[in-house]
Amino acid sequence: MSDAPALLTTADGQPLKSALAHSQARSRRRAFLLVAPLFLFVVITFVIPIGQMLFQSVYNPGFIEYENRDTGEITKLMTNVTAWFEQNPQGTQPDETAYAALAADLVHLKATRAGGSVGERINYDIPGTRSLFTTTVRNADRLAPPYREALAAADAKWADPLVWRAMRSASTGYTLDFYLNALDLTRDETGAIVQVDQKVRVYVMLFMRTLGLSAAITLICLVLAFPIAHLLATLPLARSNLLMVLVLLPFWTSLLVRTTSWIVLLQSQGVVNDLMVAVGIIGEDGRIQMMYNRIGTIVAMTHILLPFMVLPLYSVMRPIPPSYVRAARSLGATSWTAFRRVYLPQTLPGVGAGALLVFILAVGYYITPALVGGADGQLISNLIAFHMQKSLNWSLAAALASILLFGVLILYWLYDRIVGIDNMKLG
Amino acid sequence: MTASNAAAVGEGFVVFDRVQKSYDGVTLVVKDLNLSIAKGEFLTMLGPSGSGKTTCLMMLAGFETATHGDIRLDSRPINQVPPHKRGIGMVFQNYALFPHMSVGENLAFPLEVRGIGKSEREAKIKRALDMVQMGAFVHRRPAQLSGGQQQRIALARALVFDPKLVLMDEPLGALDKQLREHMQFEIKHLHDSLGLTVVYVTHDQGEALTMSDRVAVFNDGVIQQLDTPDELYERPRNSFVAQFIGENNKLTGVVEQIEAGKALVRLATGEVIDATPVNVTHKGQKTLVSIRPERVEFKPDMMPPGAHVIGAEVIEVIYMGDILRARLHVAGSSDFIMKMRNTIGQTRLSPGQTVNIGWDPLDARALEPL
Ligand SMILES: Nc1ncnc2c1ncn2[C@@H]1O[C@H](COP(=O)(O)OP(=O)(O)OP(=O)(O)O)[C@@H](O)[C@H]1O
Ligand SMILES: [Mg+2]
Repeated sequence: MSDAPALLTTADGQPLKSALAHSQARSRRRAFLLVAPLFLFVVITFVIPIGQMLFQSVYNPGFIEYENRDTGEITKLMTNVTAWFEQNPQGTQPDETAYAALAADLVHLKATRAGGSVGERINYDIPGTRSLFTTTVRNADRLAPPYREALAAADAKWADPLVWRAMRSASTGYTLDFYLNALDLTRDETGAIVQVDQKVRVYVMLFMRTLGLSAAITLICLVLAFPIAHLLATLPLARSNLLMVLVLLPFWTSLLVRTTSWIVLLQSQGVVNDLMVAVGIIGEDGRIQMMYNRIGTIVAMTHILLPFMVLPLYSVMRPIPPSYVRAARSLGATSWTAFRRVYLPQTLPGVGAGALLVFILAVGYYITPALVGGADGQLISNLIAFHMQKSLNWSLAAALASILLFGVLILYWLYDRIVGIDNMKLG
Repeated sequence: MTASNAAAVGEGFVVFDRVQKSYDGVTLVVKDLNLSIAKGEFLTMLGPSGSGKTTCLMMLAGFETATHGDIRLDSRPINQVPPHKRGIGMVFQNYALFPHMSVGENLAFPLEVRGIGKSEREAKIKRALDMVQMGAFVHRRPAQLSGGQQQRIALARALVFDPKLVLMDEPLGALDKQLREHMQFEIKHLHDSLGLTVVYVTHDQGEALTMSDRVAVFNDGVIQQLDTPDELYERPRNSFVAQFIGENNKLTGVVEQIEAGKALVRLATGEVIDATPVNVTHKGQKTLVSIRPERVEFKPDMMPPGAHVIGAEVIEVIYMGDILRARLHVAGSSDFIMKMRNTIGQTRLSPGQTVNIGWDPLDARALEPL
């Protein structure tokens, strides 16, 4: 035997490896062309928007740029004060030059009519500062040196170190402030991270509520779906197919129709309450509030997400032959022991898949809580929608969405570590 | 069921007493089954697919309830006893080893549910695994074992808790021929050495004949014959058993003459042959005479004196090593088989040759056609 293994060659002396690569190149090109449309579709509709969203959550040029909606022309704003921030490190007290720069920028804002959008950007960090900009900009022409006093006279907030800190932070465009906001955190004058005022803490509570409600919905789905899936899996195929149609029926009905029918059923003047009053379980004045609160959200979402639990469970249960449980019984196990020790462990991949699926869907659910959730049944996605559509603070919406995305990814990673994604069976 | 007609069969260790079973309320899958199995017996249920063998086993194990009749185990009616209290070991066709447990855990399962302590458990597991020569595989998962190894583990698991009775439903069905023969031997050996009572279900008649003390041939929910293997092979009691067990030549004809233990049968083509009447009773009755290929003779000196002979034309001779197998044209049909031992002095027949064949009348059994 020689020391180095001889290089294998084909009959005509080509190295085997390159010959193989050459012969496979054609089929690889073909495979690529086959998947190219889907690949492009995914990139355009999924990867790029998510990338943009992630980018928006850390980049917001509202303080330094103004885009003309009609012409698309971009005007640089606040250039003087931005230059001052670059020359003076964090923590420098704003001096007269800084105020002069600010005054010049405010005049420029008046000319470009961009005071509102710049104020908006600072307003994200310090609520109530939008009008500080709009009113001062309106009278910017009248500002005269010394600018520090002139501005302080226009509005005392111009002397507030927090406003200056927020402007400095906004002056680069890149910032983690939105992530801080999304976690109910902010910076004090020294730049240290602190919790926001008790009264305005909402996001952490909403994240917690979203996780809690999703966990509850997942659990309820599991408890409801397990027996159904078991029944479906043990019935003869013809009959189980029929019942499966019933399970899938909700899929064929519009989400809105289903949600509104829950409203009809559960509202305080709804069918369920009417029935209970008629039967005499509750009095006319004791009607139970089941809609526009957490109960409404849980009931409607459980109903909508149930099939996502039934299907993976069914698909792991169907191939489990009855002989396993029979074997356990013949070996002396009671039916409960046989279930617990032999049947249940074999369904775990389905339980894991179903739970993961339902939980992830529930965490991001929007329409149902929006319709039936009322005030205390709102989830984090409703707030994301609010910031997208109403407050137009897209960066905060993006930060919230990113946190949600990373939370789900972590969950997925944990699942992979504990159960192994290969063991997941979706159907 | 009243006490007066209870004892249709004698008291054995396992008794099926007038058992009937219907799944759908329309057809009977098991029709009036009476069967008594002695302690220590190896009884095989043999029969074509759908004849009700598994159903009988499931009723015995407690997974199906008898529609009518009694099943008794050790003189105790068990119709109302749930499966886990019957103390019956069972080997399933697909082994049913728990895939999420190791071999050791599989064997520990029946002991744990019985509340047996750890040290005793380990001793029993070791003994059971050694019994099937699988001691080295305690920590393997079933998926990491070959079919034959899984089979042994299933066997060990069914035996580890010392059951009174062991049921096996086609336990060797998934194995190749060689392994199957080996396992047949091992199961038989375990049966003998442990003194087990075994009820065994199989499709394979060779398996049934080699392993069993008695074989119950099932067809259509009815036991056609319950006998020792040699009785079954040599003296089938009806044409179903004659055709189902082993190879048999069939000649149809009419009973020409019948007296104690002897009959003359005239075939459709006019020849007359000797036979032993089994379930034909009178002259003129239609009958099917069955003769084993290895009992057919063509040399006059091998036949009993006075035996009738019948002309045959050799169609082909197949060399099979230990035997020669000749296909003959006899009485209008050309699927009559004759087997000859391949000895040194054996006459080699050649196609086209005509011979006279005959047999001992005891080997030709005149049966009522199906
Ligand atoms: N759970 C059931 N429901 C309805 N009919 C059944 C059921 N199990 C078996 N049968 C029917 O009962 C008859 C006997 O079935 P069984 O399984 O006992 O046959 P078998 O002798 O074991 O056949 P095989 O050799 O193919 O295993 C068959 O006709 C079968 O279709
Ligand atoms: Mg069967």
